[in-house]
Amino acid sequence: MAKSFLSIERLTQKYPDGNGGQFTVFENASFGIEKGEFVCILGHSGCGKSTIMNILAGLSEPTSGVVKMDGFQISGPSLDRGVVFQNYSLLPWLSALKNVTFGVAARFPDWTKQQVEDHSIAFLAKVGLSEDAIHRKPSQLSGGMRQRVSIARAFANEPKLLLLDEPFGALDALTRGTIQEELLKVWRGTNQTVFMITHDIDEAILLADRILLMTNGPLARVAESVEITIPRPRVRTEIVESPNYYAIRNHLVQFLGKRSAELAGQPSEAGGTHTPQTIRIDKTSVQTSDQPILQAVKT
Amino acid sequence: MGLLSENKRAALWSVILLVVGLLVWELSISNQQVAAGELTEYELLTGAGTAKAGVPPPSEVLVKAWQELSNPFYDAGPNDKGIGIQIGYSIYRVLTGYFLAAIIAIPLGFLIGMSSVAYKALNPFIQVLRPISPLAWMPLALFIIQDSEASAIFVIFICSIWPMLINTAFGVAGVREDWVNVARTHELSPLKTAFTVILPAAAPTIVTGMRISIGIAWLVIVAAEMLVGGTGIGYYVWNEWNNLDLTSVIFSILMIGIVGMLLDAAFGLLQRRVAFVE
Repeated sequence: MAKSFLSIERLTQKYPDGNGGQFTVFENASFGIEKGEFVCILGHSGCGKSTIMNILAGLSEPTSGVVKMDGFQISGPSLDRGVVFQNYSLLPWLSALKNVTFGVAARFPDWTKQQVEDHSIAFLAKVGLSEDAIHRKPSQLSGGMRQRVSIARAFANEPKLLLLDEPFGALDALTRGTIQEELLKVWRGTNQTVFMITHDIDEAILLADRILLMTNGPLARVAESVEITIPRPRVRTEIVESPNYYAIRNHLVQFLGKRSAELAGQPSEAGGTHTPQTIRIDKTSVQTSDQPILQAVKT
Repeated sequence: MGLLSENKRAALWSVILLVVGLLVWELSISNQQVAAGELTEYELLTGAGTAKAGVPPPSEVLVKAWQELSNPFYDAGPNDKGIGIQIGYSIYRVLTGYFLAAIIAIPLGFLIGMSSVAYKALNPFIQVLRPISPLAWMPLALFIIQDSEASAIFVIFICSIWPMLINTAFGVAGVREDWVNVARTHELSPLKTAFTVILPAAAPTIVTGMRISIGIAWLVIVAAEMLVGGTGIGYYVWNEWNNLDLTSVIFSILMIGIVGMLLDAAFGLLQRRVAFVE
């Protein structure tokens, strides 16, 4: 198997359980992400999604295992890996624009002030923030606008990998819808590799090229990698018409509702790794009657 | 009345209270003096009959204030200097001691706030030293420094250091993890993180500590100057008490209040500048 752009190899996270033993959140998790791919990870609370995210961001260290990007092992946080946090993480004493220029200036230290500002304004405009909103402080912006600023800051830095930690979790459903579409719009022009945590199945289907499904913790693992075979560009109102939409959605609902619990808690066989099984559901391709709709491809 | 805004009504009440208060004061004093009728020889000798011996009425204090404030910087020898010079000396001592304290307290507070080892190591010392009345240091300071001026500054230094130190440490330790993570994911150097993220995030708490400190410093300078003597508003109050010039005592008490209020207002302004809403 050719090495992926981002490859997560035998990642294990254990915490002391308070009784002298160890609590294994996930064990030997291995998966890869290709350049330019938009990957979402779905799973119940406590399966270690956020831990994986923090490890990828370099904000915490795994118990064992390595993460390689472009062939090099990552260590510590880096400007190559941008993060959008759930709670926006804007600096409240800076205006929206200054929050973005703050990041851009750190990323491109050689640029002039004017270059930094123009670049920042361009990205704020991409997420629909106008000239008058960008000079306001985060406290004077709505939750949706704050997350737009946060997204603009991350994209403006043009990181090799963009990490989104439940970016829309704190927003109401209607705002979430608009920002998801804005995120798609910004992403489309960039060939940006994105790894995103979400709880929302519909959000994952709308945004992702591939969805990684995690079993419940402890001893969670990435069990399946589901390809989203819905052509882009996707629009919320149109993708529901796709014959694949409900097939994929049903598969995800079944997994999260039933199989994530059934598959949980299995330690890996000695020396084995938990590589996700690739699932491809495509009802649009020509099928013979005896061919199963659901194809499991072991990689 | 209903037509006036809340602020205007409050201001009106302040003026009413002031006028009523001054009137009551004035009337009670003049009654007192009417009572002084026939005096024994002893009473005359001890000065019981003279106006100076009683608490002066506000009108006298106002006249005194007018005299003093119309020529605040005269200097007619060590025991007779204008109020402006005396307050100037006090402010000079307060600011010198205060800024020396800030130079030490704020960086040290940063260290304590960022490192829990430093916090735990220094905490016992802080807890023991902090409750000591700053004036208790005075004899030791006088003995070691051998200079009353510098001793007064030292007392200001030691009393203003604690609120700044503790508030800086508290503010720095309380900076939200998310903001520090933003700095980390942007690969900011430790120095840059301190100045662009931690300092602005902790600034409201730090300035609150600075505001408490300047208030305490102004309280303490009066007492310190009463002890060391020579110059300053504290010395002035004590000197006028020795002269039994109560009009000057009351006038200088008012001046202490007004200068203290101005110092506090300056830091209030600074506090508003660094404040942010989350």
